[in-house]
Amino acid sequence: MTDSKYFTTTKKGEIFELKAELNSDKKEKKKEAVKKVIASMTVGKDVSALFPDVVNCMQTDNLELKKLVYLYLMNYAKSQPDMAIMAVNTFVKDCEDPNPLIRALAVRTMGCIRVDKITEYLCEPLRKCLKDEDPYVRKTAAVCVAKLHDINAQLVEDQGFLDTLKDLISDSNPMVVANAVAALSEIAESHPSSNLLDLNPQSINKLLTALNECTEWGQIFILDCLANYTPKDDREAQSICERVTPRLSHANSAVVLSAVKVLMKFMEMLSKDLDYYGTLLKKLAPPLVTLLSAEPELQYVALRNINLIVQKRPEILKHEMKVFFVKYNDPIYVKLEKLDIMIRLASQANIAQVLAELKEYATEVDVDFVRKAVRAIGRCAIKVEQSAERCVSTLLDLIQTKVNYVVQEAIVVIKDIFRKYPNKYESVIATLCENLDSLDEPEARAAMIWIVGEYAERIDNADELLESFLEGFHDESTQVQLQLLTAIVKLFLKKPTETQELVQQVLSLATQDSDNPDLRDRGYIYWRLLSTDPVAAKEVVLAEKPLISEETDLIEPTLLDELICYIGTLASVYHKPPSAFVEGGRGVVHKSLPPRTASNESTESPETAPAGAPSGEQPDVIPTQGDLLGDLLNLDLGPPVSGPPLATSSVQMGAVDLLGGGLDSLIGGPNFVAPPAAAVPANLGATMGSGLSDLFDLTSGVGTLSGSYVAPKAVWLPAMKAKGLEISGTFTRQVGSISMDLQLTNKALQVMTDFAIQFNRNSFGLAPAAPLQVHAPLSPNQTVEISLPLNTVGSVMKMEPLNNLQVAVKNNIDVFYFSTLYPLHILFVEDGKMDRQMFLATWKDIPNENEAQFQIRDCPLNAEAVSSRLQSSNIFTVAKRNVEGQDMLYQSLKLTNGIWVLAELRIQPGNPSFTEYSVHD
Amino acid sequence: MIHSLFLINSSGDIFLEKHWKSVVSRSVCDYFFEAQERATEAENVPPVIPTPHHYLLSVYRHKIFFVAVIQTEVPPLFVIEFLHRVVDTFQDYFGVCSEPVIKDNVVVVYEVLEEMLDNGFPLATESNILKELIKPPTILRTVVNTITGSTNVGDQLPTGQLSVVPWRRTGVKYTNNEAYFDVIEEIDAIIDKSGSTITAEIQGVIDACVKLTGMPDLTLSFMNPRLLDDVSFHPCVRFKRWESERILSFIPPDGNFRLLSYHVSAQNLVAIPVYVKHNISFRDSSSLGRFEITVGPKQTMGKTIEGVIVTSQMPKGVLNMSLTPSQGTHTFDPVTKMLSWDVGKINPQKLPSLKGTMSLQAGASKPDENPTINLHFKIQQLAISGVPRSLHSKTF
Repeated sequence: MTDSKYFTTTKKGEIFELKAELNSDKKEKKKEAVKKVIASMTVGKDVSALFPDVVNCMQTDNLELKKLVYLYLMNYAKSQPDMAIMAVNTFVKDCEDPNPLIRALAVRTMGCIRVDKITEYLCEPLRKCLKDEDPYVRKTAAVCVAKLHDINAQLVEDQGFLDTLKDLISDSNPMVVANAVAALSEIAESHPSSNLLDLNPQSINKLLTALNECTEWGQIFILDCLANYTPKDDREAQSICERVTPRLSHANSAVVLSAVKVLMKFMEMLSKDLDYYGTLLKKLAPPLVTLLSAEPELQYVALRNINLIVQKRPEILKHEMKVFFVKYNDPIYVKLEKLDIMIRLASQANIAQVLAELKEYATEVDVDFVRKAVRAIGRCAIKVEQSAERCVSTLLDLIQTKVNYVVQEAIVVIKDIFRKYPNKYESVIATLCENLDSLDEPEARAAMIWIVGEYAERIDNADELLESFLEGFHDESTQVQLQLLTAIVKLFLKKPTETQELVQQVLSLATQDSDNPDLRDRGYIYWRLLSTDPVAAKEVVLAEKPLISEETDLIEPTLLDELICYIGTLASVYHKPPSAFVEGGRGVVHKSLPPRTASNESTESPETAPAGAPSGEQPDVIPTQGDLLGDLLNLDLGPPVSGPPLATSSVQMGAVDLLGGGLDSLIGGPNFVAPPAAAVPANLGATMGSGLSDLFDLTSGVGTLSGSYVAPKAVWLPAMKAKGLEISGTFTRQVGSISMDLQLTNKALQVMTDFAIQFNRNSFGLAPAAPLQVHAPLSPNQTVEISLPLNTVGSVMKMEPLNNLQVAVKNNIDVFYFSTLYPLHILFVEDGKMDRQMFLATWKDIPNENEAQFQIRDCPLNAEAVSSRLQSSNIFTVAKRNVEGQDMLYQSLKLTNGIWVLAELRIQPGNPSFTEYSVHD
Repeated sequence: MIHSLFLINSSGDIFLEKHWKSVVSRSVCDYFFEAQERATEAENVPPVIPTPHHYLLSVYRHKIFFVAVIQTEVPPLFVIEFLHRVVDTFQDYFGVCSEPVIKDNVVVVYEVLEEMLDNGFPLATESNILKELIKPPTILRTVVNTITGSTNVGDQLPTGQLSVVPWRRTGVKYTNNEAYFDVIEEIDAIIDKSGSTITAEIQGVIDACVKLTGMPDLTLSFMNPRLLDDVSFHPCVRFKRWESERILSFIPPDGNFRLLSYHVSAQNLVAIPVYVKHNISFRDSSSLGRFEITVGPKQTMGKTIEGVIVTSQMPKGVLNMSLTPSQGTHTFDPVTKMLSWDVGKINPQKLPSLKGTMSLQAGASKPDENPTINLHFKIQQLAISGVPRSLHSKTF
């Protein structure tokens, strides 16, 4: 009596027969028939033709039969949407059933029927079930919201299910909480912009409580969710870590790894001097080791993650080398991963052990593994200098085995060792040369040829050796051809007398007979070099080579940091950020490690300086103008800005009033009618706004002596976008000269040189006054500060916004582009003080449309202070009056392109000050 | 989350598919087959395979591939752990997990899978709960069901589902209350020619079979808890208590479960109870090699060593072996090159040995790998790491 009987009816009329049975009166027969249908379904047979008959069996008291019918419905409802409607009534009825199991079953199944028409009917029962008294129903309903969202996101939002779901995070039952978190996470993943899981300390606390009580799967969801939270300071981070650490001892490895992720991320915020930091490090090692005794599939994923962890924090596992030794019965994919980690952990302390192991591996049977082991020996030599000698002798031993692929692999790595330690191990070249004939792989041949060429002067028969390769030149792969060409040229430069013929031969082969452009080009270059200036050729071809870096396969630090946030996910298995492989259409949020914030420091972070600045803002009309205005008045700084209003329709440059405000108010005093701020061209307003608020910025520290306001350096070009080069900078104006202060940081793994900078045409003709001077090459993780003098004699093109500057920076790697906004105050010239009469006359002439008006709030300065502060930024006070208890300041400034800006500043004793500006040419 | 599950046998047939979300065409498995072909052995199929639209995560157990299909970023460990749980559950339900058994019970399998996942989220994975929802098939129940027309699907909400101890059902009753604990330790050691240990480490697990009435609350204490610094527990263990007092306190699930697993590293090592002397030599010139191993006891505290099985993977160059054991039986599989010797009990007076010759491939140079020798043995009432324990039980 087994189920296999259900598979046996393979006669022609099977469907027909089943149909008859399904419509049978006998309950037993019906059930058997449904079972047969399900059995066919599980092996992928199409039984959708039976849809109406199966649905007819749905109305039953027999729970098993009901479940079976539901199973069938889930599979086929989509193919028969009209028929599926027939089932709706039963679902709705079941949702009212006194038995919670049936209520849950109904709501669960309905969610799985991916038919639009049905989902409409689902809303009401679902709403009820989300509030059901039984937690089992609630937790099922929570998942159902996620299902529904997948089918019809709009509907879920319209019906307010998301809010109900959020409320469930505070549910009394931990299982419900876990499922709500899981559902929200899944919804959030498809809508990265939505702020579904905005976590705050209270909700975090609830999650941590639920964490202790829910099932292992729930713990995974909650931990993954916690990992997205950024604690506000190190104390909070520590307390979360403390509550998460017990999860490290869980039997479920997924829970362990998720916990590791949370800890690795929050550890970033802890100070290294903290005792707790050390304790945490110690606690992380054992669970990671334990993961390696699990099933091989789990080991594989764990090892990929450990690879990241070891790169980020090598101290965690530095004493655990032995657990990464390969076992004879490990699957190959585990072996290869273990090898990688062994090399990462190799250090002077354990190198002897590691080498012994690696040598053993090199005699195994699996070719891939052996190759990697041999390579590993080479990498050890490069990484641990003290061991280089041992490694080389080990490699020589391996070469003696004459196993073809071992020899080839060994030669490839020995080439790297030569590069790393020049003039140390060349004595082994003779041994290598013995194996020349057995090399058949391009990489090994190329390596060997490189060695012969590089050390041609020590190899007596180098010309013969190279000549022997030359015979089959056209059959070689490009790699070998290129290498051969270079090697022969090297040889020629070293022994010109006897090899002239050879070099001519190879040059003609490369340039005349080859179709490969790379090869041809290289051939021509050599040819010309040799024919025009052999001395120069020598300098070029035999130039000293830079040392190869210790670890060429490390993941870039920026990428590594991002991947650490994805521990335990697919991203960590592929070592790629999700954006690199997740299906299109769904945006991906970049995650980054939290910066360290100590609780005893205030929350101000240097990056966000302008945030706190009081600014004149008229949020309703021109939301962004505040920034610029702030800049203008910033206490310590001078030069705020206003862009020449090229943006307006006025034909003449500059004839636009920057801030509005009529002349008459200047003269007429009290009754001034503020022109509507809306008159300001939007783009202009925006530019000004930020400047003004900076200028008035009270919170930024005491200004520099020169009085010039310098905005904190902002990151203009993140390392991710520029192959590791990070550029941040700001603009300054000091004693009449403008400069751009740059900070270049090399976050890549290679040295950067040959920097140059260029600006695109811009509104004020800003251009570098001198080339970008970076004196020494920028090595990895090094930062240089450069001040680049600027002038305003470049070509002019109106930009949008006005103060937009497009910059191109080049280095030896690539050219990168970015754009930045410069504060206009750097353009205010020192002779910007206007004569009083002139001011009055000019003010009158300013057409209304050239006026703009701003309000600056929360600026506690009095008139004198404002005046002196502005003066330091080359905004000069022309006159001052007191009208009805309000101080009126009349200001002028001049831009580098000769545009005048006139302003009236009204300061009320209380807070808000009122400014008006107008511009004149 | 988990989209679909395909069960594939070693000949590459999909014999069961289950979808939790929309139906994924089984053609997605073609990518898996490709990978399977590339890997020479079934064990070497990589566990994570990317395809243009999906990811395939697989585990290989009992000669069946369990392939899960996922579409979004999901923790792979979560999926793999879940797949292992599925296998464990099948084993628990049907005794063995094999293709014929799964086919025989396809409806139960399908019902169980439906209970385990909902929309890709794990729903009920504790076997106690599952067994209340879907009763495991037994001959008696099949007969009863046929006669009475009742079903093997429970119609009540399982009691443990939402309790604080989801792993235990209520109302358990036994006439004989009993609890068994097995300590299984795997020692990974390198032993030199003279029989002395170079390095060794221990992976241990404590498997329990608890059949106690009601809601028993157990405590288990160890003689030497210091050794257990790297442990992972069944969720039933109260972690706080372990941290503070080094005592295991728990309400056990009903039936078989794995209480904890631990790792004892080389530093803490206690002597290994057996030694193996071996003399394996290949000669370059001749096509014959000599083979001799002897197994003997060492520090067993007077206990007998039983169930000794020696296995060794011989190098590829070995064509056949002709050996004579002093006791037990031996086999050599010339295809897999696996030598297996079932020794039985070790009698300290007359040490078991296996001697003979190997015939090697003619003309080939001598193999450069050294065969690994694997030794299974059982000693009653002894744990090598030295973590014997005592058990106290309180029942509520």
